[in-house]
Amino acid sequence: MGLELYLDLLSQPCRAVYIFAKKNGIPFELRPVELLKGMMFPVFLGEQVPPETLASTLAELDRCLQLLEDKFLKDQDFVAGPHISVADLVAITELMHPVSAGCQVFKSRPKLAAWRQRVEAEVGKDLFQEAHAAVMKVKDLPPADPAIKEKLKPSVQGLLQ
Amino acid sequence: MPLELFLDLYSPPCRAVYIFARKNGIPFELRPVELGRGEHLKPEFLKVNPLGKVPALKDGNFLLAESVAILLYLSRKYRAATHWYPTELQARARVDEYLAWQHTAVQLPACNVYLCKSLLPHFSGQPVDPVRLDRLLGKLKPALQHLDGQVLATKPFLATEQLSLADLMAFTELMQPTAVGCDIFQDWPQLAAWRARVEAALGPELVQDAHRLVLQPRDPRDAQRDPKLAQELVQRLLERLS
Repeated sequence: MGLELYLDLLSQPCRAVYIFAKKNGIPFELRPVELLKGMMFPVFLGEQVPPETLASTLAELDRCLQLLEDKFLKDQDFVAGPHISVADLVAITELMHPVSAGCQVFKSRPKLAAWRQRVEAEVGKDLFQEAHAAVMKVKDLPPADPAIKEKLKPSVQGLLQ
Repeated sequence: MPLELFLDLYSPPCRAVYIFARKNGIPFELRPVELGRGEHLKPEFLKVNPLGKVPALKDGNFLLAESVAILLYLSRKYRAATHWYPTELQARARVDEYLAWQHTAVQLPACNVYLCKSLLPHFSGQPVDPVRLDRLLGKLKPALQHLDGQVLATKPFLATEQLSLADLMAFTELMQPTAVGCDIFQDWPQLAAWRARVEAALGPELVQDAHRLVLQPRDPRDAQRDPKLAQELVQRLLERLS
């Protein structure tokens, strides 16, 4: 039995692993795991996020992006130096997550946007799009089945705290 | 200029770095950073680590943050014995797995228990909130259950058959709530046995030395020294623990 990777491509760390394995020609069997049956909050809950929660979450994200730019990226081409590394894979897949939710993290940050282009080019546009196909579709999905919603609501709310 | 380690021994990751350096006879200058005085937020320290966190390392012109990265750097540079970070592929992967998992699964909830039990009462002058404490202990429980019931059921240490960086990190983290009166080992026999093994392997005097600060009750006068800072810390703590 060869290598098996248990992944849900809606998950950022899973995407990093997927991209790395494919890019490096590592033979593996993909074992898909569906965490939330394709639904994401707040689309999942079919409700609006309370503005205060959204505001503080976005503020925290903004702070992290600033640190990413100032402490890690600085004047380098990639997060850990002149060459692409696993650090860039981990970072880019994480940042694609708020993007998939409609949050334009790269819009007001030209430095990060340029870095994103570089990472996409190094990884390869096709592989990059392929890995992010599932999560980019999410915002167009209809709200979840009410029974599943009720069942998963407590854990979703727990995650937002 | 020898290696400089910027540490506050109140902080578990700092203690892990301190114990590792001392145990391995690594020569270093200790640069104390008092978190309780907000020294980690001051410009002098931010030059060393712009992230404003301890531990931090300065090796000549090379600056490094993040306790895991620092431990790995030290173990490579000073060629520490291989049990700390094994060379064998899968044994090393086990240590990596623990080190990655522990940030949010162990460090975060264990730290929150400590903040609620010790730091918040110290700076606010209010007694411990038992409801909040109970809720926070509840958040640590799944990790303790996993370590006691699954991980330590089949081996004496967390990653391999021998003491590794995983055990060092876990030990200093789990000592944090324990040192201030929340003995998280009491309900978990495998964990308690593991703790004794780790202490014996590290050396009781070194462990005691590293934990001296956190084991002492805090002097209430320290909180009153800078009321404005105390108020700011209380605000941040309440936000974090709510």
